[in-house]
Amino acid sequence: MSHGRHLPSIHVPHHKNTAGRETEVMPIPDVVKICMSQSIGAPCKPLVEKGDYVKVGQRIGDTDAFVSAPVHSSVSGTVTDIVQVRGSMGGFETLIVIETDKKQEVSEEVKVPSVDSFEDFVKAVRDCGLVGLGGASFPTHIKLNPKNLEEVDTLIVNAAECEPFITGDNREMVEDGQDVLDGMKLIMKYLDLKVGYIAVESNKPDAIENLKRLIEQNGYDDIKIHIMPSSYPKGAERVMVYEVTGKVMNAGVLPAQLGIILDNVTTVGILGNYFRTGMPLTRRRVTVDGDAVADPKNVFAPIGTQIADVVEFCGGYKKEPRKIVMGGPMMGRATKSDESVTMKNTGSLLCFSKEIAEVKEETGCINCGRCMRACPFGLVPVIYAEAYARKDVERLNRFNVMQCMECGSCSFICPARRPLSFTNKLAKGMVKEASAK
Amino acid sequence: MDKKFHTNLIVSSAPHIVTDADTTKLMGTVLLALAPSLVASTYIFGMRVILLTAVCVVASVGFEWIYNQIMHRKQTVGDLSAALTGVLIAFNVPSNFPIWMAIIGCFFAIIIVKQLYGGIGKNFVNPAITARIFLFISFASAMSTWPLPKMQQTADAVTGATPLGVLAESGEATTSLRDMFFGFTGGSTGEVCAAALLLGGIFLIVKKVISPVIPATFIGTVFVIALIYTQSFTMALWHVCAGGVMLGAFFMATDYVTSPKMVSGQIIFGIGCGIITMVIRLFGSYPEGVSFSILLMNICTPLINNLSYKLYCGGGKNEK
Repeated sequence: MSHGRHLPSIHVPHHKNTAGRETEVMPIPDVVKICMSQSIGAPCKPLVEKGDYVKVGQRIGDTDAFVSAPVHSSVSGTVTDIVQVRGSMGGFETLIVIETDKKQEVSEEVKVPSVDSFEDFVKAVRDCGLVGLGGASFPTHIKLNPKNLEEVDTLIVNAAECEPFITGDNREMVEDGQDVLDGMKLIMKYLDLKVGYIAVESNKPDAIENLKRLIEQNGYDDIKIHIMPSSYPKGAERVMVYEVTGKVMNAGVLPAQLGIILDNVTTVGILGNYFRTGMPLTRRRVTVDGDAVADPKNVFAPIGTQIADVVEFCGGYKKEPRKIVMGGPMMGRATKSDESVTMKNTGSLLCFSKEIAEVKEETGCINCGRCMRACPFGLVPVIYAEAYARKDVERLNRFNVMQCMECGSCSFICPARRPLSFTNKLAKGMVKEASAK
Repeated sequence: MDKKFHTNLIVSSAPHIVTDADTTKLMGTVLLALAPSLVASTYIFGMRVILLTAVCVVASVGFEWIYNQIMHRKQTVGDLSAALTGVLIAFNVPSNFPIWMAIIGCFFAIIIVKQLYGGIGKNFVNPAITARIFLFISFASAMSTWPLPKMQQTADAVTGATPLGVLAESGEATTSLRDMFFGFTGGSTGEVCAAALLLGGIFLIVKKVISPVIPATFIGTVFVIALIYTQSFTMALWHVCAGGVMLGAFFMATDYVTSPKMVSGQIIFGIGCGIITMVIRLFGSYPEGVSFSILLMNICTPLINNLSYKLYCGGGKNEK
């Protein structure tokens, strides 16, 4: 289905320093704090109380809300506290604090799901606690249950990993390639999809080779590898849909509306693993990198581990950290403190020293137009910035600001160091507010 | 459990990394790309070239510095943009140009054209080009007294007409293509050596400081029109090497601020520059038209920009 057309993209240094290194399992920390807001939907309510003993894989948080996924304990130990803290999004979040006994006793709830219908499958995916692990945290069981199921015929597995530094998806494909294929096969079976693509950037030869070998071994002729150029942001959902199928996808449209299910490769891998072992999502690969980390590597960290513990396992800091990013450097969120804990969607922890961390001084726009040429959708950040300053909602709408996905390409490329992606975000907020009135 | 945490980290909006190429680096690279031409011109016209360039750089940077001080604005001389304007002004006047006139040109470029419109990025025409035209109109005789290359000077002839001047007067091209390419002709300080400018231009394109679209369409249009008009391949190349085409196409028409941002707009811009240049050369009363062509196309740039925005995605409604 390759059509050979590409959307504009930019070259960001890859820094895939940890791509060739085996993932290491970190020792269980003394304490984990598991957040109840792990998906894009409603936060979970704690199912345990202070003093309870919990085991690995035990469901400790859930809710009746439609868009949500349950949360499981990643360790065995005693709940010592349930606290409210201000999270990185600004609101308050509930954390369940568990003092670990390091025995990692597995809960009785953990068992391989028995599934023989589509409804069972969707329920099992929910029980696994799966959310989009690429960063968006959209509950997977909702994604796999689109309204127009009969129109959906294609599965795309997002293995682009276009963000610099992060190599977790790459390691997933190299180390757990069979899980990925199993996960794909399950989705394709229960959703009755004809074809599955693994969309991967050309800078992951090990992963591509391993998957090719496994596909051949299994004789899966309905799974294809789609190799994309290694440029940013090929892993963005709307860019990927275009790259693989040639279909144009606007903001606010779901891939399912175009007949596509699109999931992150690690999400699919964990799904495959869950149907083999019954263990829900309790740990994940975290790429620890950045110039302030002594020994960058991929780590299997229990969800809820404090950043400081993960970094300690990676040799600690070699320079004073001034910024820690959870997620990729282009779209990830900076956290205030290394006391913060890993979440389901924390694919990487990037610790930067002063030189990289400090926000560069903004200078005057030289009208070079690099931001516009960098935008995958041909949007016009420089016009948004000017219109936002004048509060000109009509102009923002005319130039389609709402199509911006905040990939950060414009800010990255700007020689005047203007925070264009941020202004786009603010401008979108302004438009939303105006249309709500 | 007494761990020490880092609780005062920097929090800012994504992205958390930026490209190395900031404004200062881009301007610095352009200055570097002009160095071959400076060396060639110094060889051709002598040490006056260095003096003139130095004066223009100091004057341009100085005016910008003083303006920012007086107006209590943030100092911007560090971005090297004023220095670049200075070099380009020096390159656009004859090498024997009186120093005081050159300083007036710098004042006009920096204060009138650039700073009064709001400083870097806000001027709607290229400061160096506008200063050249300003000087040309104000000091017509000094701006058209062209020193000959040192090798061609005799005891009683140190100045002479430019090849384009001769062409306009007599209708004949007396300078050989080879001399035109290597710059052994009369002309503005930095415009004579096509070879050095081409080298610098290619360097800028390789370094991705400028896109090749404007230089290619500008030079291409000049070539095609000359080819059609003169019916001679050599004369077409001669027109490309003559006057300010090389300097203008690579270094002045590609000025970010005053040229279109999208590729389609850049094509229109380049072709427009080429057409106006050749119309002035072949039919106008001036022998050379590069500076006027760039100035006129600068003025059209906002209109061209408005025509050339194109959404790849999200322009219409989804089919399904």
